[in-house]
Amino acid sequence: MRYRIRYSKQGLMKYIGHLDMMRSFQKILRRTGIDVTFSEGYSPHMVMSYAFPLGVGMTSDSEYVDVDLNRPYPSVELVRRLNGASPEGIHILDAREVPVGKGSKGMTLVARADYTLNFREGHEFPEGWKENFSRFIAQTEIMAVKKGKKTVKEINIAPLIYQAVVDPEPFTVKGIADDADAAEDDSAASGSHENEAGDSLDIVRSGDIFLALSAGSAANIRPELVMETFAKQYGYEDPEHPDPFRFRINRDEVFADTVAGDAEEAKTAAGGHNFVPLIGLGKIIS
Amino acid sequence: MSKVYRTALDEDILLSIEKPERYLGNELNTVKKDKTKIDIRFAMAFPDVYEIGMSHLGIQILYSMFNRREDTWCERVYSPWVDLDRIMREKHIPLFALESQDPVREFDFLGITLQYELCYTNVLQLIDLTGMPLHAEDRLYENKGAAASSGDSLQEAKLGEMPIVIGGGPCAYNPEPIADFFDMFYIGEGETVYDQLLDLYKRCKKAGATRREFLLRAAQIEGIYVPMFYTPAYNEDGTLKTFTPDPEHPELPKRIRKQAEADLSTAPYIDRPLVPYMRVTQDRVVLEIMRGCIRGCRFCQAGMIYRPNRVKDVDVLKKQAERLLELSGQDEITLSSLSSSDYPCLQELVTYLIDEFGKKQVNIALPSLRIDAFSLDVMSKVQDVNKSSLTFAPEAGSQRLRDVINKGLTEEDILHGAGEAFRGGWNKVKLYFMLGQPTETEEDRKDIAHLAQKIADVYYEIPKEARSGKCTISISTSFFVPKPFTPFQWAVMYDPGDYLGFASTVNHEVREMKNHKSIRYNWHEAYVTVLEGLFARGDRRVAKTIESAYRHGALFDAWSEYWDWSRWTAAMSDTGLNLAFYTKRQRREDELFPWDFIDCGVTKKFLLDEWHRATHDGTVTPNCRENCNACGAMKYGCGICYDMADGKPVPRKNHYQEWAKAQEKIKAEKKAQFEAEKEARTAEYEAFREAARAEAEEGAKA
Repeated sequence: MRYRIRYSKQGLMKYIGHLDMMRSFQKILRRTGIDVTFSEGYSPHMVMSYAFPLGVGMTSDSEYVDVDLNRPYPSVELVRRLNGASPEGIHILDAREVPVGKGSKGMTLVARADYTLNFREGHEFPEGWKENFSRFIAQTEIMAVKKGKKTVKEINIAPLIYQAVVDPEPFTVKGIADDADAAEDDSAASGSHENEAGDSLDIVRSGDIFLALSAGSAANIRPELVMETFAKQYGYEDPEHPDPFRFRINRDEVFADTVAGDAEEAKTAAGGHNFVPLIGLGKIIS
Repeated sequence: MSKVYRTALDEDILLSIEKPERYLGNELNTVKKDKTKIDIRFAMAFPDVYEIGMSHLGIQILYSMFNRREDTWCERVYSPWVDLDRIMREKHIPLFALESQDPVREFDFLGITLQYELCYTNVLQLIDLTGMPLHAEDRLYENKGAAASSGDSLQEAKLGEMPIVIGGGPCAYNPEPIADFFDMFYIGEGETVYDQLLDLYKRCKKAGATRREFLLRAAQIEGIYVPMFYTPAYNEDGTLKTFTPDPEHPELPKRIRKQAEADLSTAPYIDRPLVPYMRVTQDRVVLEIMRGCIRGCRFCQAGMIYRPNRVKDVDVLKKQAERLLELSGQDEITLSSLSSSDYPCLQELVTYLIDEFGKKQVNIALPSLRIDAFSLDVMSKVQDVNKSSLTFAPEAGSQRLRDVINKGLTEEDILHGAGEAFRGGWNKVKLYFMLGQPTETEEDRKDIAHLAQKIADVYYEIPKEARSGKCTISISTSFFVPKPFTPFQWAVMYDPGDYLGFASTVNHEVREMKNHKSIRYNWHEAYVTVLEGLFARGDRRVAKTIESAYRHGALFDAWSEYWDWSRWTAAMSDTGLNLAFYTKRQRREDELFPWDFIDCGVTKKFLLDEWHRATHDGTVTPNCRENCNACGAMKYGCGICYDMADGKPVPRKNHYQEWAKAQEKIKAEKKAQFEAEKEARTAEYEAFREAARAEAEEGAKA
C-alpha cells in the first residue's frame, strides 16, 4: 500500500540537494526497519516518488514523498518511527494512505505551492516597496522572462499568482500530532518512546511576503521569478544581475487542484479551483 | 524550537560554493559535546576533499575511539575545495572543524592522516589556513615573527596556545620530507598509545608546561617521533651520514618503534557510523576483517609495514555488520583488508552476510577476491554477471617478473580463473599491472599484451553458441614507485619520458594481438609518478621544495585537473633540488636511509635478503602461512607469527627447505592438471562443434 509522507526540511538541511535528500530519506526508512516495498531485478530499489523537488537554499514545511509499504502501519506509528530515525532538520509531520495509480501520484497532482519570503538582513528593497508591490500585483498583465534549460520566453504570470500578501498573518505549521484525533491515538501508542507524544512541530511561520503560485508541470512559477520581475519593474536591481541572496524562502504547502479535469466541480468552485493540500488526499490509518 | 544554526561560513558563501554539504558537520551520528566540559579538543583532518576523506576507515575508527573519552572531543576537518580555499584566503576565514564550526587554531591537536604522498601540499594548506606558522620550530615561540623584527628575545610558547600538529598513516613511515611542518608523528596503528599521549597532554597543560617541554616528554612515548629533536647530517655525495637525537637529551629514543594493535577483535571499532548526505567515494558500511598481509609482494609497502598479519574474529564481525547497518541505514556493506581471500573464515562470513542481509536488500560489495570456484559462486549471487567484471592484478606480464616481485599468481591461475568465469557467463576482465619494476625488460612489457591475448584465446575457444558476444579485456598499468620498508627500497626509477616509452611498448604490442579489438589499454600519468617517488624516499631537505611548490600554487596534486608539473619544476629550481638524486640514483646496499630510524618490525636485513632474491634469480619467498621467513615482525607477539598449541601461542618456525621441495611438486601437479583440463575441454568443444556442423548439414539437406 502507498503512503504519502509529509515532512519539514529546515535548518542546515536546506543545503542538502534534492538527489542527496532522496538517498538520505531511503536511509531514514532503512533505519526505522519499516517494511518497505522494493522493485524486482538485480538492483532493487525502494518504490518511492517525490512530489516536488526543492531547490538548494530553500526551507520547507511540506516535502511530500510517496512510499510503498508491504503492510499497513498506523499513521502515528509511521510518524513516530520516522522521526526517531531522522536527522536534525528533518521532521516528519504526517503519513497517510493514498490510492495507487497514475493519476494519484503526488508529482502529477501538484498545482499550487505557497511560499513565505523573508528579507535577508541588508538585502531589503528601499522604502516604499510595499505600495509598489501592491500596485505590481494588481496588474492584470505581468510579463516575466522565464528561462528554461534551453529556451527563454516571455509569459504573463499575473493569472498564475493566486495570492500575494505583504506582511501576512503568522500561522502555525501543524502535523498529524497536532490533529486532535490522531494525538489521542498517539498518546495511547507511546509510552516506550519519550519525547514523541506531544511531538508537534510548533513552528510559527511569519514573513515579509506570502505568495501562492501556480506549480507543477502545467505552469510552474518560482517565487524568485515574481520578485525579480517586481524588482526589475521598479528598478530595484539590475535585471542582468538579480540579487540571489535577497530572500530566505520557505515553502509552506503544496496543493493539488481537485477541480482540474472535473467540469461539474469547476462550475461551482471559486475561481475555477479547489486547492487541497497533498496530504489532504490521503487517509489517516489508525 | 527555531534553533539557531551557527555555521563558520555565511549563508551567501554556502550558497555560492560547490557542494556546501561538505562543510556543515551535520551528518547523522556526528558527535557533539559541550566544549566547556572538555579538556582536549582534537581536530582530525584528512588532507583531501570531503568525499575522499569521509570514505576513510581509519578516521572513523579514531573518531569513535577519541570520543569514547569523556575529556576529549574529536571533530573532523577536510581540505576546503579550491573554490572555498580562495574565499577563505580573501575573507580571512580561518580553517574550522566541522562539528563545532570553531576555528582549528583554538584546538589542542590537529591530527593529519597521511594516506598518499600527493596530499603534501594539502597538508600545508590545512596548517596555513589555521593561521599557524607552517614550521613546527616557529610554533615553539609566542613571538617568533615579532621578535625577529624588534630584536626582543624569544618567548617560549605555553602548551595549549596552538594545536599540536601530529601526523600518522602510511606516509608517516618516511615522515622526513614533511618533518619540518609537524610537531610529531605517530608511527603505526592508533589504537595503542593515543590514550597515553592524551593523558600526558592533559597533565602538562594543567601544570602550565611549555610546548617544548610537552614535546620532549611525548617523544619518550613509544611510537611518537618528534622531528625537531633529531638532526640529520649528510655525506659529501648527499647521502645521509648520521641521524641523531639531540645529545642534550639522552632520554630521547634512538629508534622509533612502530605501534601495532595485538587483538583486533577487542580493539575499538566504529561505534556509530557517520552517514553523509552527499555521495562520497565509499558510501557504505565497511568491515575491517584483517590487518596486514601474509603475501610478501616485494613492491608493496602495506604488506610490510602492517605486519604481522592479524585477523578479526568472525563472530565479532557478524555482530558489527548488523549493528553498523542498523545504525547507518546504508544499503551496502563491504569488507576491508589487504587480501580478503586470505581471511580464514571468508566463506562463513560472506555466506552470513548474503543470507542475513541479502533479504533486506543490502548489497554485498565484494573487494577484489582471488578468482576461484568460491568467489565466482558468491559473485554470481550478489552481482549481475552481464554487467560486472573480473579483476586480476598480476602486476607483471611474465612469470619471470612475477617471481621477481613475489606475486604468487601464476599464468595457470589466471587462465583457469578466467575460463571458469567465462563459462559462468562473465565476459569482462580487468587486469592491473605495474611498469618500471626492477629487472623489467621489453619482453616483460610485451608479455602484458600476450597475457591479455591468452585470456582472449580462452574466451574465443568457447563455441560461439555457448558464449555471450565479444569479451572485453581492460589492461591498466601504473608506474612503479619504490617505497620505504619494502625489498624494492633500493630500486631505481626512470624519467617520465622512459615511463611513457614503456607504456607505448605495451600499447603497440596490444595492437599486434589477434584479438586487439577486444583489448583496451590505459596507463597512468608519468610525471606524477616521479613526484611520488621523490616524496616516498625523500629526506628532510625535500621540505623546502614542497613549501615552495605550495607557494607557487600547488594544491590538490592528486587531482589531474589541478595538477601542474610546471609548479614543481619551478619549486625544484628555486630550491636547488636534484630530482635524479632521489629517483634515478642507484642506492648502495649499506646506505643509511632517511627512514631507517623507524623500527617497523621487519628488519633491514630481511628486506635486503629479499632484494637479493628478487634481483639475483627471482626466487619466490613463501607466504606467512606456508612458512615463517623470520622477517622480524614476530616481536610484536601476535597474529600469524604464532600457532596455537594447547591453547598457548607458539612461535612459528622457518622450514623453508621442505616448503621449497613441496612447492616444486605442487607446481608440477597444478600445471599437469591445467593441461589435462584444457585437453578435455578442447575435445568437448570439438564434439560440440562437430554436432553443430552435423545439425547444420542435416538442416541443409532437408
